[in-house]
Amino acid sequence: MNDLLFDHLGFLPDPAALTVATLMKILLIMIPLMLGVAYVTYAERKIIGFMQIRKGPNRVGFFGFSLWGLGQPIADGMKLAFKEIIIPTNANLYLFLLAPILAIVPALAAWAVIPFSDVMVLADVNAGLLYVLAMTSLGVYGVIIAGWASNSRYAFLGSMRSAAQIVAYEIAMGFALVGVLMVAGSLNLREIILAQQVPLNLFGFNIITSGWFYIPLFPLFLVYFISGIAETNRAPFDVAEGESEIVAGFHVEYSGMAFALFFLAEYANIIMIATLTAIMFTGGWLSPFDGLLNTEILSVPVLGALLDSGIHWLFLKMVFFIYLFLWFRATFPRYRYDQIMRLGWKVFIPVTIIWLTVECAGILLEIEPWFV
Amino acid sequence: MQAIKHFFKSFFLLELLKGLMVTQHHFFRRKITVQYPEEKTPQSHRFRGLHALRRYPNGEERCIACKLCEAVCPALAITIDSEERDDGTRRTTRYDIDLFKCIFCGFCEEACPVDSIVETRHFEYCFEERGENIMTKAKLLAIGDKLEEQIAKDRAADAAYR
Repeated sequence: MNDLLFDHLGFLPDPAALTVATLMKILLIMIPLMLGVAYVTYAERKIIGFMQIRKGPNRVGFFGFSLWGLGQPIADGMKLAFKEIIIPTNANLYLFLLAPILAIVPALAAWAVIPFSDVMVLADVNAGLLYVLAMTSLGVYGVIIAGWASNSRYAFLGSMRSAAQIVAYEIAMGFALVGVLMVAGSLNLREIILAQQVPLNLFGFNIITSGWFYIPLFPLFLVYFISGIAETNRAPFDVAEGESEIVAGFHVEYSGMAFALFFLAEYANIIMIATLTAIMFTGGWLSPFDGLLNTEILSVPVLGALLDSGIHWLFLKMVFFIYLFLWFRATFPRYRYDQIMRLGWKVFIPVTIIWLTVECAGILLEIEPWFV
Repeated sequence: MQAIKHFFKSFFLLELLKGLMVTQHHFFRRKITVQYPEEKTPQSHRFRGLHALRRYPNGEERCIACKLCEAVCPALAITIDSEERDDGTRRTTRYDIDLFKCIFCGFCEEACPVDSIVETRHFEYCFEERGENIMTKAKLLAIGDKLEEQIAKDRAADAAYR
C-alpha cells in the first residue's frame, strides 16, 4: 500500500511524499474509527435496550426516515459540539483542559501499530506490543488529572479509584501479554499474527483455528480480556464513573466537547482492547479456515475472497469482542471496590504467573505445535 | 469438600455464565416498549387527571358552594368564595384549583355531594406561562363542557361500586 501511495505522489519530493502518504493513512484509520466509536455508542444503547426488553433509540434517522434510530449518534455528537464547556470555580484551568486531551491522544495514538491486514499497517515497528502497552497505560493520566483539576470531591474519588484499579490490572494485563510474546517470539504485532498460522495436526486432520493463541493460552486470554474491561473502566469495573455512588466520577464537572473527548476516548479504548484481543489471541486478520482450504475454493470469485484471510475477519472478531463488552455491561452489577482489588491482585496475577510457568515448561519441552 | 466445590464454582465463573445466558435470552424476546405518542397504555375509568366542574343537563352548574372539597383537600389547593345569587341559591364566585399544589388524590371528587368537581382522564396538558397553573372556575367549567360525555360514561361505569 505504501508503494501505491508513493507512485501517485511521485511529483512531490520524497520527504513531502512520505508525509502526505502518512497523513492520508492516518485519515484512513481515524475516520472509520470515529464513525465506529459513534456507532458503538448506538450499538450499546440498542443492545442494552434489547436485553432489558426495550427497543432502544429508534426515532432519530435521516431525511425523515427513522431507520431504527441510526441518526442518534450524529445528533448526540452535534449536541455536544455546540454545548458550552463550563469551567468550575477554583478548577485548575490548564490541567482541566489538558485532561481530556491526555485521555484521547493515547487512545488514538495506539492505533498506529495495529495491523489491519497483512499489508495494511501504519507503523510496522518491532516493539509494537510495548508501544501498545505504553499507550493504553497513559490513558489513565487523563482520568487522574481530570479528577484532580475539577476541584470536586466526587471527581477526585473517581480518579483515585481509577488509579488504584489500573495499577492492579495493568500488571495482570502485562503478564498476559508476556505469555503471548513468549509463544510468538516477537513483539511485532504482525509477526504475532503470523505466528498463529500453524494449524494443529491431529490424526492427519488440520483442526480449525487451532493455531490461534487462545487455545494454548486460554487462561491468559480470559485474564487479558477481563483486565481490558477493567482498564477501560467499563461495567462491571466502572467504579471510576460509578454513577450511582459518585455521580459520574472523574468527568462529573465536564460538559460539551470536553466531555465528548472523554466519551470518545472510552469508546476508542473499547474498540482498541477488542482489536488487541482479536490480534493477540484469535489470529487477527487470519481466517479460521486459513491453511485448510485448497486453492480451488479460494479462486472462486466472491466466496474465495470471503473465506480467505483479510480485514473482514479482523472486523468480525472485533465486533464479537465489542459485543461482549456491551453484553457484560447489560448483565453484571458493579463490583465492590475491595472485590475489584481482590480479583486483580489475588486471582489474576497468580493465575497469569502459574500459566507462564506452565508455558515455560511447554517451551522447554518443545511441545508441538505451539511451543517450538 | 464444600470449599473445593465453591472454589471451582467461582473460579470458572459458572454463575456469571448463567447470568449472561439470561440477558441473551431477553435479547431475543418480544419488546414491551409502548411508543408513547402513537401508542397508549389502557386507562381505568377511575383515572385521576385534570379537574373539571360539571353542569346539569339543563345547563345549570352543579356546584352549590358547600366547600366540602376545600375542607377535605389535603394539599390546600382549592380556594372557594361564594355569595347568594339573584334567584336565592348559593353559588361560587371563585373556584380556584392550584395545580402546583394539587396531589391528584381524588378526595375532592369523593367529598362532592352533587358530583360537581371531578377528575377527568385528561392528563396531557402543560403550562406555558406563570399563572396558568391556577385553574379558575371558567376554565374548569369549560373542561367539564368539553369532556362531559366521557365523564358521564366513567361515572356510570363506577356507579355500581359507589
